[in-house]
Amino acid sequence: MKVLVPVKRVIDYNVKVRVKADGTGVDLANVKMSMNPFDEIAVEEAIRLKEAGKAEEIVVVSIGVKQAQETLRTALAMGADRAILVTAADDVHTDIEPLAVAKILAKVVEEEQPGLVLCGKQAIDNDMNATGQMLAALLGWSQATFASKVEIDGGAAVVTREVDGGLQTIKSALPAVISVDLRLNEPRYASLPNIMKAKKKPLDEKTAADYGVDVSPRLAIVKTSEPAVRQAGIKVGSVDELVSKLKEVGAI
Amino acid sequence: MAVLLLAEVVNGQLALDAVSKSVSAVASLGDVHVLVAGQGGDAAAAEAATLAGVSKVLFAGDHGFCHTLAEPVAALIVSLSGGYSHIAAAATSDAKNVLPRVAALLDVMILSDVTAVIDADTFERPIYAGNAIQTVKSSDSIKVFTIRTTSFEAAAGGNSAPVEALGTAAETGKSEWIEDKVAASDRPELTSAGIVVSGGRGVGSEESFALIEGLADKLGAAVGASRAAVDSGYAPNDWQVGQTGKVVAPQLYVAVGISGAIQHLAGMKDSKIIVAINKDEEAPIFQVADFGLVADLFDAVPELTSKL
Ligand SMILES: Cc1cc2nc3c(=O)[nH]c(=O)nc-3n(C[C@H](O)[C@H](O)[C@H](O)COP(=O)(O)OP(=O)(O)OC[C@H]3O[C@@H](n4cnc5c(N)ncnc54)[C@H](O)[C@@H]3O)c2cc1C
Ligand SMILES: Cc1cc2nc3c(=O)[nH]c(=O)nc-3n(C[C@H](O)[C@H](O)[C@H](O)COP(=O)(O)OP(=O)(O)OC[C@H]3O[C@@H](n4cnc5c(N)ncnc54)[C@H](O)[C@@H]3O)c2cc1C
Repeated sequence: MKVLVPVKRVIDYNVKVRVKADGTGVDLANVKMSMNPFDEIAVEEAIRLKEAGKAEEIVVVSIGVKQAQETLRTALAMGADRAILVTAADDVHTDIEPLAVAKILAKVVEEEQPGLVLCGKQAIDNDMNATGQMLAALLGWSQATFASKVEIDGGAAVVTREVDGGLQTIKSALPAVISVDLRLNEPRYASLPNIMKAKKKPLDEKTAADYGVDVSPRLAIVKTSEPAVRQAGIKVGSVDELVSKLKEVGAI
Repeated sequence: MAVLLLAEVVNGQLALDAVSKSVSAVASLGDVHVLVAGQGGDAAAAEAATLAGVSKVLFAGDHGFCHTLAEPVAALIVSLSGGYSHIAAAATSDAKNVLPRVAALLDVMILSDVTAVIDADTFERPIYAGNAIQTVKSSDSIKVFTIRTTSFEAAAGGNSAPVEALGTAAETGKSEWIEDKVAASDRPELTSAGIVVSGGRGVGSEESFALIEGLADKLGAAVGASRAAVDSGYAPNDWQVGQTGKVVAPQLYVAVGISGAIQHLAGMKDSKIIVAINKDEEAPIFQVADFGLVADLFDAVPELTSKL
């Protein structure tokens, strides 16, 4: 079975986000960018499936600006076999919407015929939590979102999902789209020799136009603003003082 | 203009807090029709009909809609979508599973975690773990979105909207439910509780988490946790508060042994009063806390519990 893993280049999760003064968005020039943390987990899971003999080939794909090539090289260094870069924007500030991303991925799936797509549950920039579900819809495939455990069992995936009430286990017929949650695994670091090797692994370059997908946004950004800031509070010296303060403000 | 609102149903019971707040979130957009899907949901449908602002309840009682499996429920919503300008639901894990699928089937975008409805096309939502708020205007023919319910007041009761039973049979075969592991609890539900007490990595072990639970029970509070506490096995996953966990905005949030990473703050910084107990006076959690206590939690929490 071939596994397709879409990976997104996003602002590093440790970077403090700054809203641009003119309200047009978030400043992404000269900030550290990394692979979306959820996607590292998806790549790791694909590698583990391959190591367990349940997958033969891992193809990673990224859609966005040409710099996403670095993200793909990271995935290749972790252990993916091959990469596809779909350039769909020139400006690093342009975010391709999940619907358009899903449409491009659906075309990639048509060409590559994977038995499984493993993606992250959400990208930490736009926090949409949508691409995997949208891809499954466009393909008419089953979907298993927010996975914290994945077992491939013949023609199906048995997936434990992190849901509001606790954990839910479902069995989804393959081919399927699985979106992964944080507790599925701990992704490995790429070793130096593997980073060197990754430079020689194949990376195909395509454009959104090659797939005939219109990536124009459906959502126009009217403005981006800073959230309301909380007033700094006070430090209390003792538990007694805490209790009396809480009573004063009527919190208890 | 009418809105189709997918109701959150848990074990056959209407999730009243989530549904009543979503009803008021969409009230300005037109007639509100609430959809209850799943066998055994009769009582949930009847309860939804009592919410002020609901003009009709649709009840699809086929067994195949149970557990809100994405494939059949999305197909059901798409089959009903004809008369609606908006399709929405509270941003629960079920809705986040189903509604993006609905949107793609309708060839429209999804808007996740809407915190304000400006007009029929324009919505506010947090991005970057709540570090920026975006106002977006949709050009799609049908707007599909999930609602962050902590931003809205609950709709009142006292209504008696008609309930219409739908005979629609679920399409099956793609995914099958196997089991739920849900811990029963007498504590209030995390996302709607008036007080939340959360523990982090500083709590140190699953056994010590009893300290957090003891304080919570004294306050009649729900229990929350940081991701580090969940990852370390001190607390179950459904207690996680934050960017990738639950979003809460109680009257009082008590953070114990939690450093205050942005991903955690994303889930609790709209709480009315925040208390932080941490032994490190430099911990970032103190920057958002109304009342900070620099202390060892193993001394402070038992003392606090006994003095309440
Ligand atoms: C939207 C919705 C979601 C629900 N979700 C759950 C849930 O997550 N867990 C739960 O226990 N109850 C759930 N219920 C309640 C459920 O529909 C039944 O009322 C309840 O399961 C009664 O089960 P029973 O075994 O007593 O009887 P019966 O209804 O006679 O059930 C016989 C068997 O059918 C299967 N079954 C029945 N209902 C369901 C169901 N909803 N999903 C899957 N299999 C079912 C079970 O294997 C059960 O043992 C839900 C109801 C609704 C409307
Ligand atoms: C993509 C992504 C998503 C994430 N999503 C979430 C999320 O949804 N929710 C979330 O919480 N995190 C999330 N995180 C993780 C987040 O970045 C932090 O790692 C996490 O919140 C840290 O948890 P903590 O504060 O419990 O642990 P730590 O940061 O280790 O802090 C422990 C604190 O306990 C204090 N302490 C230790 N011992 C004592 C004592 N005896 N008495 C008093 N204080 C003590 C320490 O001073 C310290 O401040 C996410 C991370 C990523 C990358």
